[in-house]
Amino acid sequence: MSEQSTGSADQQDERVPAMQRLLDNPFLLLFMGVATPAALYLIWGVMELSQVPLAQ
Amino acid sequence: MAVDAQAPARGFYEAKFRTCPETGLKVCAQAEALIKANAVVAVVFLAVGGFFGLLVALTRWPAVHLLPADWFYLLLTAHGADVLLFWIIFFEMAVLYFASAILLNCRLAAPKFAWLGFILMLVGAIVANVAVLQGESSVMFTSYVPMQAAPHFYLGLILFAVGALIGCFVFFGTLVIAKEEGTYQGSIPLVTFGAVTAAIIAVFTIASGAIILIPTFLWSVGYISHIDPLMYKVVWWAMGHSSQQINVSAQVAIWYAIAAMLLGAKPLSEKVSRMAFLMYILFLQLASAHHLLVEPGISSEWKIFNTSYALYLAVLGSMIHGMSIPGAMEAAQRKRGLTNGAFEWLRKAPWGNPAFSGTVFSIGIFGFLGGISGVVMGTEQLNLIMHNTLYVPGHFHATVVGGTTLAFMAITYLLVPLIFRKEIMLKKVAQWQPYVFGIGIAGISLFMMGAGTLGVSRRHWDIGFSDAAMSFDYPAMAFAMMTMNGIAGVLATVGGLMFVIVIVLSVFFGKPRTPEAIAATPTLGAGGEVVAQAGSETHPKLPGTIILVAVFLVAFVLYYYVNWKYLSEIWPLS
Ligand code: HEM
Ligand SMILES: [Cu+2]
Repeated sequence: MSEQSTGSADQQDERVPAMQRLLDNPFLLLFMGVATPAALYLIWGVMELSQVPLAQ
Repeated sequence: MAVDAQAPARGFYEAKFRTCPETGLKVCAQAEALIKANAVVAVVFLAVGGFFGLLVALTRWPAVHLLPADWFYLLLTAHGADVLLFWIIFFEMAVLYFASAILLNCRLAAPKFAWLGFILMLVGAIVANVAVLQGESSVMFTSYVPMQAAPHFYLGLILFAVGALIGCFVFFGTLVIAKEEGTYQGSIPLVTFGAVTAAIIAVFTIASGAIILIPTFLWSVGYISHIDPLMYKVVWWAMGHSSQQINVSAQVAIWYAIAAMLLGAKPLSEKVSRMAFLMYILFLQLASAHHLLVEPGISSEWKIFNTSYALYLAVLGSMIHGMSIPGAMEAAQRKRGLTNGAFEWLRKAPWGNPAFSGTVFSIGIFGFLGGISGVVMGTEQLNLIMHNTLYVPGHFHATVVGGTTLAFMAITYLLVPLIFRKEIMLKKVAQWQPYVFGIGIAGISLFMMGAGTLGVSRRHWDIGFSDAAMSFDYPAMAFAMMTMNGIAGVLATVGGLMFVIVIVLSVFFGKPRTPEAIAATPTLGAGGEVVAQAGSETHPKLPGTIILVAVFLVAFVLYYYVNWKYLSEIWPLS
């Protein structure tokens, strides 16, 4: 692996745990932090409202 | 110094840095200027909005009843917008730039865009204020349809939100640059991680705001004929509530920052603290549903899943921070040899430093008054006792004023010497300020919660019903609560004014920090540079913190139980 030269050797050799990789990735966190409330609060909520019959 | 030869070709500006004599950090000039601009404007809105808050509190003080009804609702709208949106979010922009460019030792991404965002926010905030003060937009800051404000009220809010969104992207861009240029080792510091949490929640908040405010604006100018009130509420609160969670994340990041800067406190376990922030990222925004607990047309499944099952994971996050920060302080103090008894570390803490006392009050008021009342009120059944009563403003003055505002004030006492490079003036006033403000805010929050428990509604001009067709008698105790609320409001205003005077004098007329002054009175305590590093404390013993946590949990359980008991009494089942 050629990009090894950029970091200290032991940092690269150690496998970074999955959780830490997630926490070190702000854009994945951004996706999760927008998708979760969008699905559970907004989309679910709006779906319920759209089932309320209109008054005649 | 390594020079990035391609940088100009990629449109990068040439960053100017100075080296901070107190922290050794590289300080990007553009980031510094933006922090100053955002913080100064924030304080102006706090001063204006806080003054409106005083007038509102004096109107709700029965014996004073200051304003006529139309002015009451007008200024209540202005109060909510100026303090909750403009003061807090301008300050948060400063926090984002500080936690990215400064703590990561890095240049700010796209400063021109950051300035554009700042100007949009400023124009938006002024336009919204003009709209409210013109009198056609007394719709409260929630602006529920079908009440209609003037179009420029919504437009102002939209401009403000777009500006804030730009600020968030500049923040994320700066993270990318810091990583690419390797300006930090390993993971980002915990304080920056807290800011990442705030920025993520901000993106969801602003997107939801756009979804609802743009159609509402179009409706106000006549392009859309109808907006469903319930749909409005659901989507509006995805913004209105989530924005409070930006505050929580930013304020918790500041607690960690101040504990680190003053005491050299490292998190007990950085992993656990980062997991607690992850709980915020995933679940905190769902609590928006607590504003809809009495709404028909939405199922109990949706309500209870969002406000209880999922939210409690985020509450768990808060309780982790609430234990972790005092614990980190205790561990750091014990290392200094303050090991006598359970609380020597706390007694001998720098209580005369407003950054420290402000942080402690912020944690205490947020946790004990704001946190416990929030969980109680967010329980679907218990919510019926206090929905739309003054209990609600009582709760959120504990969170957003006692918690967030006080934390922001506390860190300002450090930003003035570090970023503005000025001495704090009127040191004695500064020293007492968190005490006066903290007691005042604890007062208004407790008395409003007390009045709310007795049924007094929020946003109500005259609880005496003097000229109403149908009257209603509140218990005498409710009137007494409103009087005490007025008195506490005056105290809080005095505390707020002390802050504004100290900061304005220091920033504009203060003595510049000289090398001698820095040597004599360093802003950071010993070990304070840990604020810009990742890493945990090792093997701490925390008897004091364990006791404090136990007291908190007992108070929590008792108060929760009392409210179920109370519910069963006002709503007998036989
Ligand atoms: C001097 C300090 C303050 C005093 C005396 C004060 C007092 C009050 C009072 C009496 C109300 C009206 C409650 C009602 O009738 O429904 C109110 C509402 C409110 N306050 Fe404050 N407040 C202060 C500072 C703040 C700060 C710093 C914030 C935000 C960070 C804040 C946020 C709000 C909000 C969002 C509302 C609700 C407005 C609405 O119902 O539309 N207040 N405040
Ligand atoms: Cu809420």
